[in-house]
Amino acid sequence: MSTPATRERESTEVDAGDAKPRSPHQDRRLQEKATRAEQSQRESEERAAEHENTVEIKVFRYDPEVEEKQEPRFDTFHVPFEKGMTVLDAVMYARDHYDSSLTFRHSCRQAICGSDAFFINGRQRLGCQTQIAELDTPVRIEPLPHQEVVKDLVVDMDSFYEQMEAVEPYFQTNELPEDELAEQRQTRENREKIKMGTRCIWCASCMSSCNIAAGDDQYLGPAPISMAYRFAMDEREGEDMKEHRLRIIEQEHGVWRCQTQFSCTNVCPKDIPLTEHIQELKREAVKKNLKFW
Amino acid sequence: MHEHDVLVVGAGGAGLRAAIAAHEEGADVAIVTKLHPVRSHTGAAEGGINAALREGDSWEDHAYDTMKGSDYLGDAPAIETLCKDSPEETIQLENWGMPFSREDDGRVSQRPFGGLSFPRTTYAGAETGHHLLHTLYQQVVKRGIAVYDEWYVTRLAVSEDPDPEKRECHGIVAFDVQTGEVAGFRARNGVVLATGGPGQVFDHTTNAVSCTGDGPAMAYRAGVPMEDMEFIQFHPTTLPSTGVLISEGVRGEGGILYNEKGERFMFEHGYASNSGELASRDVVARAELTEVNEGRGVDDEYVHLDMRHLGEERIIDRLENILHLAGDFEGVDGLVEPMPVKPGQHYAMGGIETDENGETLVSGLYAVGECACVSVHGSNRLGGNALPELIVFGARAGRHAAGTDLGEAIIRTGRTEDTEIGEVDTPVAPGAIHAGDTDDDAVADGGEPRADGASVVPEPDEVVERALTAENRRIDHLMEKDEGIQQAELREKLQKTMTRNVNVFRTEEGLKQALRDIREVREQYQDVYVDDPSRTFNTDLQQTIEMRNLIDTAEAITLGALARDEFRGAHWRQEYQERRDEKWLKHTLLSWNDGTPELWFKPVILEGEDKTYEPKIRSY
Repeated sequence: MSTPATRERESTEVDAGDAKPRSPHQDRRLQEKATRAEQSQRESEERAAEHENTVEIKVFRYDPEVEEKQEPRFDTFHVPFEKGMTVLDAVMYARDHYDSSLTFRHSCRQAICGSDAFFINGRQRLGCQTQIAELDTPVRIEPLPHQEVVKDLVVDMDSFYEQMEAVEPYFQTNELPEDELAEQRQTRENREKIKMGTRCIWCASCMSSCNIAAGDDQYLGPAPISMAYRFAMDEREGEDMKEHRLRIIEQEHGVWRCQTQFSCTNVCPKDIPLTEHIQELKREAVKKNLKFW
Repeated sequence: MHEHDVLVVGAGGAGLRAAIAAHEEGADVAIVTKLHPVRSHTGAAEGGINAALREGDSWEDHAYDTMKGSDYLGDAPAIETLCKDSPEETIQLENWGMPFSREDDGRVSQRPFGGLSFPRTTYAGAETGHHLLHTLYQQVVKRGIAVYDEWYVTRLAVSEDPDPEKRECHGIVAFDVQTGEVAGFRARNGVVLATGGPGQVFDHTTNAVSCTGDGPAMAYRAGVPMEDMEFIQFHPTTLPSTGVLISEGVRGEGGILYNEKGERFMFEHGYASNSGELASRDVVARAELTEVNEGRGVDDEYVHLDMRHLGEERIIDRLENILHLAGDFEGVDGLVEPMPVKPGQHYAMGGIETDENGETLVSGLYAVGECACVSVHGSNRLGGNALPELIVFGARAGRHAAGTDLGEAIIRTGRTEDTEIGEVDTPVAPGAIHAGDTDDDAVADGGEPRADGASVVPEPDEVVERALTAENRRIDHLMEKDEGIQQAELREKLQKTMTRNVNVFRTEEGLKQALRDIREVREQYQDVYVDDPSRTFNTDLQQTIEMRNLIDTAEAITLGALARDEFRGAHWRQEYQERRDEKWLKHTLLSWNDGTPELWFKPVILEGEDKTYEPKIRSY
């Protein structure tokens, strides 16, 4: 069985509320700050709207802690437009110039860290990889659907990480070369076969786009199954391990739940053929004549 | 309070490798990271891992190339350790399933890289860092190592002794980004800093937004010297609009640089008559900017990198992600047109002073990866040498922190009989601001908690508790302050002056101007406030604390650059266009004593195990 990396969130949630009770004074200040943020946002909108070359973005806002933001809403920002500007550039501009409480994950801004997957004009995309010029305006930017919203564009990723870890996403073999300087051999063809599966950046766009995952929170889902594919098809792991991996993905909430709607494949920012991987695992499972539910 | 044997701060390649190594030695390890591990910036490293694996190559040749590339400012014991350990560490990654590119016989492929005398760069397409990061994280998951992800470490818990060498690190203070809870973490054995580079000090950088120099700044304020900070590597091929990196692999595979006139300037203008595009990075970056400055740049800003002649098949096989990057971020199709490129900030050769076991002068505190300066890169890092550094020194620091005896280090940290005190003529007073001397000022400044005069050495738990109290005070202050200035404005100002004045070409006046601007930013920072009132995922608060780290890091870089009046590796000074070995075969160090940076030097170690590396003119 797998021993997933321990995630230490639960233990701390309990104390978080108790640790720092707010005084009435702090409560009042919180409210004042929230109101001021709203005002400054409105003012900046007006200011920016006067410039000709701006792009209008509508950003989803929600914060469980701030009274004015407890009811989800959209805020509109007018951001000076430049050629080459991405959606991430636009929300960063809005945050840095209009409202510093605008919250989203981002880091590498070159489509490899996978942290800025948003729902942009009705489709899962990486903010950093999406050119504003290619979108209809106003650009609507929302958190990934079917994920719990923590604040603004930030969603809770824990269940996604747990599903990823459920497929034992790590190399396992009992047949390593004895000499520590000896490599395992892998054919170019085999590397080519698993290559796309190794490109996953864990952005969760595919999970968010999948109707089945939305209705079945135990369904392993496209990214984890593709991760299982990447290892099951790696010739270095050996046949026994391949059977072990097929057993994992064949479980009740595994590959057979997939209805080949291709939404995962459509939204994947790294062009991973997720549906194809899932289908091939189904075929492998049948071929091996293993039991399925 | 959370408690573990070893705490690893940061979860890029170095942090993950350190955690795995400590875990293999039986330690109870936890990783604390402000991102989730797979979001770390190691994932963006494209090029490869240098390792002497094949017949015809040797670790000695790798060491020689590295020493030459460093412009004789690397320490031989560190370089030799890197080159000896790299093959085994690289093959270990293969054994852990890393999808390296392969030769026809199934072994891992190697290719040429700048400054290397043998094609010894192992790689996985042009996304080696992504695969290295994920392979290591997979091993962390497999071993069940605890990960506190999206916990931002803001302070080290170090005992307060006037002599930094007598201080001990007992843990860290961090806040849970998701809930805002601030907590102390006690480390029974040691804390390993693996927090990555400080690229956000500049506005045109290949570095992620998260690369804010947190580790070096925290260690610096806790009394650990910063070493060789002036040596900032500018990568020759970054996309002009974003700073996104175009891997050296493109030149390794045969990519050609052209100026606006279509001249292959690396050869035609004599910058590197033998190696051309494959000269080391500092040489190529200066050549490109010289072309632009002399009016031969495209659009007066950049040059062209052409890979069309390599053919679609080879490009797809080895450089596929370069096509995506050029297309997504610059709108250029690399198969049919050349890519625009210019130099961008890429890597900090300097950082937290450590020995070859990763240990700093504060006992129990380690540093590895880009945040550290074990001194393998000297004044210029060779492409393909950052990833082996992560795994080699990550593993060593992890083992040492877990209590394994690695033998005595040859590199000595802190001051010895060989060190000399330096002076630098600064236009403004550098360092902390103690305006008004009230507690609030000290807290806003992020300075050390004031000593309470107690002469008793506190228990480790108490050291962590005190740090926690001080950090709570700072955060409460930032959150409760009503008005003032916001970090975004300060960050922009800092980044602009650094890019203008502390770039590839440096002048005395420019460096002094940078120090004046940094001082102004530091003064304004006294009045910084967080406008987001929420404790839930407050990135405003996080960036405000990062901003303080950027200020200290930027100042250290600039002070080092002003002090070093010579031209070496990546550090070019207009007034001094020669390497001055008689004066400068030494490391610059800065210590933060009571908030005032003190400059000192220690000699570079050129004696290796069997040979001494004689400084030679670098020609490529």
